[in-house]
Amino acid sequence: MTARALKTDEYFIDEEPYYEPIGDEIEIFESAYRQQLPILLKGPTGCGKTRFIEHMAWRLKKSLVTVSCHDDLTASDLVGRFLVKGGETVWVDGPLASAVRKGSICYLDEIVEARKDTTVVIHPLADDRRVLPIDKLGEILQAPPGFCLAISYNPGYQSVLKDLKQSTRQRFVALEFDYPSAELETNIIAKETGIPHEQAARLVKFAGMTRNLKGSGLEEGASTRLLVHAARLIKDGISPVTACHAAIAQALTDDDEMLAGIAELSSSLF
Amino acid sequence: MADLPPLDAAYIEHKLNEWLEVEFSFLKTSTPAQAIAQLPRPDQDFMLMWVQRMSSTNIELAYQFTVRAIEFLNKQERRVIEAWVLHAMDTYDQRGLHPAMEFIKNIEHFIQYSHDHSVGTVLQDHATVLLHFCHGLSGRQLKIEEAEQAYTDTQTIYLPPVIATLATPEDNFLLYKASAAYLWAQTRFGTFHVPLYELAAQHPHPEPFLALFHALETVRLEACIARELPGLYRVMQRIQEQLNEKYDDASWQSITQPLIQPGATSQDTLALTHEHLHKINIPAPQCFQGTLNPERVAECLKNRVPKEKAAFRVALSKILEDLKKEEAARHEAREHQFRTRKISDHTLPEGFRMELTLDDQPVPLPDHLSKLLTSIQLDLGDIPDEYLVAAGPGEYDPSLYEEKEVDPDEVWQGTYHEEGAFLYNEWDFRRQHYRKNWCAVREKTISPVYDDFIQNTLRKYSGLIKHLRKSFEAMRDEDRVLNRQTYGDGIDIDALVQALAESRNGSEMSDQLFTRLHRNERNIAVVFMVDMSGSTKGWINEAERESLVLLAEALETLGDRYAIYGFSGMARKRCEIYKIKEFHETYNEEIRARITGITPKDYTRMGFAIRHLTKILQDVEARTRILITISDGKPDDYDNYRGAYGIEDTRRALVEARRSGIHPYCITIDTEAKDYLPHMYGDAAFTVIDKVNQLPLKVSDIYRRLTS
Ligand SMILES: Nc1ncnc2c1ncn2[C@@H]1O[C@H](COP(=O)(O)OP(=O)(O)OP(=O)(O)O)[C@@H](O)[C@H]1O
Ligand SMILES: [Mg+2]
Repeated sequence: MTARALKTDEYFIDEEPYYEPIGDEIEIFESAYRQQLPILLKGPTGCGKTRFIEHMAWRLKKSLVTVSCHDDLTASDLVGRFLVKGGETVWVDGPLASAVRKGSICYLDEIVEARKDTTVVIHPLADDRRVLPIDKLGEILQAPPGFCLAISYNPGYQSVLKDLKQSTRQRFVALEFDYPSAELETNIIAKETGIPHEQAARLVKFAGMTRNLKGSGLEEGASTRLLVHAARLIKDGISPVTACHAAIAQALTDDDEMLAGIAELSSSLF
Repeated sequence: MADLPPLDAAYIEHKLNEWLEVEFSFLKTSTPAQAIAQLPRPDQDFMLMWVQRMSSTNIELAYQFTVRAIEFLNKQERRVIEAWVLHAMDTYDQRGLHPAMEFIKNIEHFIQYSHDHSVGTVLQDHATVLLHFCHGLSGRQLKIEEAEQAYTDTQTIYLPPVIATLATPEDNFLLYKASAAYLWAQTRFGTFHVPLYELAAQHPHPEPFLALFHALETVRLEACIARELPGLYRVMQRIQEQLNEKYDDASWQSITQPLIQPGATSQDTLALTHEHLHKINIPAPQCFQGTLNPERVAECLKNRVPKEKAAFRVALSKILEDLKKEEAARHEAREHQFRTRKISDHTLPEGFRMELTLDDQPVPLPDHLSKLLTSIQLDLGDIPDEYLVAAGPGEYDPSLYEEKEVDPDEVWQGTYHEEGAFLYNEWDFRRQHYRKNWCAVREKTISPVYDDFIQNTLRKYSGLIKHLRKSFEAMRDEDRVLNRQTYGDGIDIDALVQALAESRNGSEMSDQLFTRLHRNERNIAVVFMVDMSGSTKGWINEAERESLVLLAEALETLGDRYAIYGFSGMARKRCEIYKIKEFHETYNEEIRARITGITPKDYTRMGFAIRHLTKILQDVEARTRILITISDGKPDDYDNYRGAYGIEDTRRALVEARRSGIHPYCITIDTEAKDYLPHMYGDAAFTVIDKVNQLPLKVSDIYRRLTS
């Protein structure tokens, strides 16, 4: 995939990003886009949400602005701020304002990580007003029909503090993502990395073992992303057991006994 | 350190006489004393230390140890002998003297087949890793526990405390792993779909029948493992070669051929068993296969199958209820049907996964339900039709299907019944080891008392409360505007003006021109653990209650998450935790009335309370977790908790709390200035208050200092 950089966080996607649909998510997204409804992607980490958005941006031939949210993200980081240049103050649009002006897709990744007061700036954009007030400029931006707001959210984190507020979530059309079925996941791994189907199937089986451990010592099982990583290492000549350790087990936990337990699983399997 | 001279027989005998209370027990110590005297000094010390520790548990047991351990001292690592001793003491705690004596007399059996130069591996050192390993395998989540012999009851995998069959510790660990996987395979691949217990009962001599079944089934299961876990299978092959356990008999191989095929079931094994019983030689058992325990399996199934059936049908009826509510809203009413169907899934040995459908639409199952579905499928091989009928109104009796918190029979093997209790270990300093699941802890409620205590307290301390509120308010999350930042949301006009002036004067313009909002988020959870033992009767109890009122008033202004629990108990089987305010509850009239209702109960056992509340705190998401105990500093209970034992256990519990990332803080009301307090509280910070009436002020004050 080649990307032409326009700005650090906004780009057009020229080549089709490989995305294997799991259900009817492509149709729903297209319909929501036509109806100018904002979209919420729910699902555990590494299950293809970002890839899906990239695929949709390509499909709809739109530029994509991605913002990874974190707990220091302020409203100004999204909307914009004055900077001082050579003794003058200059207004600089934040990624959200810029996406609204240009009518791009704006994807706010892991929205719950942002502070609650930051989250509310998207409210007027996410209902039928579709506007972004910029207080500091005294301006209200009206989103053009081509603008599309998408956010992602991982409900797996059980923390009550990190739950998405009802007033936020009820504005969105929700698409639920989960790990693909074993067959599909095997295809994804094989196609994405070029390892033989049989080996991809073993990796998916190994992923199942780590997913069995979810709740008994692991917070999460291996995501599709981690399987892709391991498969890449294997493709490059690393032994499967080593690849599983480095790319999967180490990414899942720091607990020595858990690491040892997972190592016993992979050495039993391969 | 210079080598110490060996101890002489007379000294050793004197010590043994003392610990083994020879004056009353009439045990003969002179022979063992002679034997110990022959040992090098480090071995002598090791022996004597363990005799002493064991004698605190039981003298007979300690004596047996003394007699038997000597010959194993130079054959086995100390770690292995320790495991043997500890298992004996656990057996004593859980099942009494007789089984413990049986066990300790059986050391040869314990270190099964041990070869001359082998180095044993101890289960306790690897139990967690093995447990993770088993939980990663598909199927029911099995537990792992120690037993003299390896077997499974389909719920728990029992493994011996030590394995010393192979020469290196690494290989012995692999043998543990192979055993665990083999026993997992018995449950996973339906060995017990065959009603072994009933079948064995039909044989006048069940041993040959069971032995042949076991041997044949092992062939089948090995083939399953070869398909499912080829890496492990290779290891098992290697171990068998090392031990010469390969059985190359041609007729055995041709008989067992069908069992190696992918579709073979335990019914096939049974058919072959019947066909060839008494007609062929049975190969020697494989090192990893352990024993069959049909009786325990039957017991386990008898217990689980009906319970899971009820639980499953009740769950279905809940799903239906929800659906019917929706329909009622839409004025519909239809017949509904649950079914199951198979969804292909190559990661499972069957090649499919069961899916529950309602009117042919898949029903998404929460975690515990899909585990239940798996478990039923493992026991029965399928989900029978009668399971798919939602439970009717009369079938809701929770005792039918609800899991008890802890299954007491499992823990205490029928000796005690501790229904619905949490079980905690307790530290026995003389043994230098935990007594397993020693304390049975129950959460209880306090009956609220509505009288004028609250009002009086609020009136009595109105000035102090005002002061506390103010000082706590000052600690609240405050957003501050930071000036002269290199980036930020606003422009710092002062800085800008100054920078412009400076740049006119020719100096470089500063880039610190912005203001930024800095947010301070308090992310604290605190549990207050209040002594409700009998010794607090009177002033202390009153002061405790007043403190809690003041504290709650102050904390409400601060907004920190807090919970309050009381503790007391009477011996290890009646440890009680009183819920005064849980984290999710808001401070209201009811909570105030519960504080009013705090009354002195029985004794002070602190360890279990610290452990239980540590667990509660750990389940709360917070950056800082604090456990504040308020007590009169006298661990004391009826069954030997008095004195050093209680002090050491309390100390240990505080260390555990600390290790799990909790900050313990102890407030002691003490008018006698006891000298053991610093030792008992160890690393935990503490304050001693000698005037009871200072407590209300102090508690809030300490909290303020701790968290600002
Ligand atoms: N359906 C799919 N089709 C193709 N590739 C996929 C699919 N699902 C997952 N992947 C692979 O998994 C990787 C991780 O997916 P992605 O980065 O989109 O996860 P994510 O859901 O955005 O995770 P996070 O929540 O952590 O951001 C992708 O790079 C891709 O290789
Ligand atoms: Mg992503």
